[in-house]
Amino acid sequence: MSLGESFTMALRNIRASKMRTFLTMLGIIIGIASVMVIVGLGNGMENYITESFQSMGTNTISVTLMGRSSSRSVSEEQMYEIVEENSRYFDQISPLVNLSGVKIGTESLSYTSVTGVSEDYFNMKQYTISQGRGLQYLDMEDRLSVCVIGEYLSRTYFGGDALGKTVRVGGRPYTVVGVMTQEGDTLEEGGADDCVFLPYTTAARASGMGTISSYVVTVTSEDLAYQAKEVLEDALTELYGSDSVFSVISMTEMLDAMNSMVDVMITILAAIAAISLVVGGIGIMNIMLVSVTERTREIGIRKALGAKERTILLQFVIEAATTSAAGGLIGIALGYALSSAATVLITTLLETSMAVTPSAASITMAFGVSAAIGVLFGYLPAKKAAQLNPIDALRYE
Amino acid sequence: MMEPLIVFDHLCKFYQMGDETVRAADDISFSIDRGEFVAIVGKSGSGKSTCMNIIGCLDVPTSGRYLLHGADVGSLSKNELAETRNKMLGFIFQQYNLLPKLSVLENVEVPLMYAGVPRGERRRRAEEALERVGLIDKRKNRPNQLSGGQQQRVSIARALAGDPPVILADEPTGALDSKTSREVLGMLQQVHREGRTVVLITHDNSIAVTAPRIIRLEDGKVVYDGPAHGRNALVGGEEAAG
Ligand SMILES: Nc1ncnc2c1ncn2[C@@H]1O[C@H](COP(=O)(O)OP(=O)(O)O)[C@@H](O)[C@H]1O
Ligand SMILES: [Mg+2]
Repeated sequence: MSLGESFTMALRNIRASKMRTFLTMLGIIIGIASVMVIVGLGNGMENYITESFQSMGTNTISVTLMGRSSSRSVSEEQMYEIVEENSRYFDQISPLVNLSGVKIGTESLSYTSVTGVSEDYFNMKQYTISQGRGLQYLDMEDRLSVCVIGEYLSRTYFGGDALGKTVRVGGRPYTVVGVMTQEGDTLEEGGADDCVFLPYTTAARASGMGTISSYVVTVTSEDLAYQAKEVLEDALTELYGSDSVFSVISMTEMLDAMNSMVDVMITILAAIAAISLVVGGIGIMNIMLVSVTERTREIGIRKALGAKERTILLQFVIEAATTSAAGGLIGIALGYALSSAATVLITTLLETSMAVTPSAASITMAFGVSAAIGVLFGYLPAKKAAQLNPIDALRYE
Repeated sequence: MMEPLIVFDHLCKFYQMGDETVRAADDISFSIDRGEFVAIVGKSGSGKSTCMNIIGCLDVPTSGRYLLHGADVGSLSKNELAETRNKMLGFIFQQYNLLPKLSVLENVEVPLMYAGVPRGERRRRAEEALERVGLIDKRKNRPNQLSGGQQQRVSIARALAGDPPVILADEPTGALDSKTSREVLGMLQQVHREGRTVVLITHDNSIAVTAPRIIRLEDGKVVYDGPAHGRNALVGGEEAAG
């Protein structure tokens, strides 16, 4: 008897008792569907996190210097030197000087971010200018009181005609020389386009701080992010004579750390969901044992007519595996439906566009696992059927 | 001279029931030639089913030898026993033992399927066998849609489909009325006339006489082995009811 025929026979027996088969499958269906949704949720979260980081720039490293109280300090020239000397790792650098207290006309804007940056900053962030010009080297040199503003401010306060107008920060006036192209999906207060950029030298003077304590550095390639971070740490440790007065954070590293956290969480959740697969397997074993008992006479007849133990074993194993795999397929379909529903739910409730996406690998695995569970848990009942004594089986009522 | 097809050589089958040993077959020797029609007859508990199980390769003797077509069945593995049942024997049971979920045609196909006959030829041979028992028009029915007599004819078709040399019928008329019984017995005689070896097992003398040769068992021993019309052939048998 061929495998194909065993399979056809298994399908027949399954169809003959649909309700029972469905109930038997239920554990597998729930298990597979929940594992799929959880893994899909994990994928969605990772994609979401990755996208968020990418919009911040995964090729950037943030440096914060806290060495103000120590005798030594690291100047911006020294920072630029480190970057230039290690051009294999580093691309560009910009100091970051945060200010607050924006006023346009008589209106105070408390959500607007004000940052002093270098002329390279826009390039590093891949920001572009829609009107006027960006910040330039000469602005830094001469500590000019100029600024580039975001599209939100331009639209809201200047009606889109901001060039040459004045923005006040900390009481000082700055002339708008450029407007940044819209970055965020929507224009809103406190969003990506509610911003003012000043030359960092001007900003440092305005802040009254002697040294600049914050920098952003871009690496030549994301693959070098880890090494670049080490190079930077080593150089700073040497300058300071200590490694505890600064912090260097690589976005790639942060992304990896967050993703591995999500991975751990998802693995734990999926493992819990997988318990129901085991329960489903036991359900299959249980029903197969019942089925073997019910079909004792049939097994006896088949054996009398020449069925070998191997043939009977195969028949029952295939039946269990088919039941389980069919449950797996239904589970996959259900998993898909639930994933789509979850995507819609998350999008509307949390107002973030996070797609719950079950991966192809997880689907293939889900199917494989469900078939394997059938084989595993079907084996014992099948063995029992195969080893029935034909005389006893024939006499069974 | 041609070797006999079935040989029981001082064959014993004992069952251990607690301290007691039940001698279900006690030193039985006989041989059946190819093409013979033999009835094994005896009262209930005389050892007929035990003999039938051994002839049918469903069971092996405790001691002694059972040779089927020259091969010692006692030395066969489980797989070889299954193969022997499939190739050498056609079973006809008292309870028909058809598979209820399969159609009549599929039931007849089962032994051919285990013999590895390809699908097309299997179908053809099964249809041929059904035609011989006159049930070809019922081939799509389920067994439970047929009368007892018809079901037994299906089981005869199933026994014949694989073209085995030996047909083994265990109380084939036990569940049938006398008219259909005669029909079924007539069919067995027909099968015998076609050259097959038929072993008929029954407790009923009036059925046993269908066969030209009778082997009578009592308490696991052969008490008569000879022609059905011989003296003592029917001694001690249970008379047919009705
Ligand atoms: N599996 C068994 N275990 C114990 N005793 C058995 C078994 N099978 C048959 N016997 C005994 O062997 C004897 C012969 O039984 P059996 O061959 O079934 O006779 P028959 O078919 O002629 O009625 C009986 O006494 C019966 O109780
Ligand atoms: Mg009996």
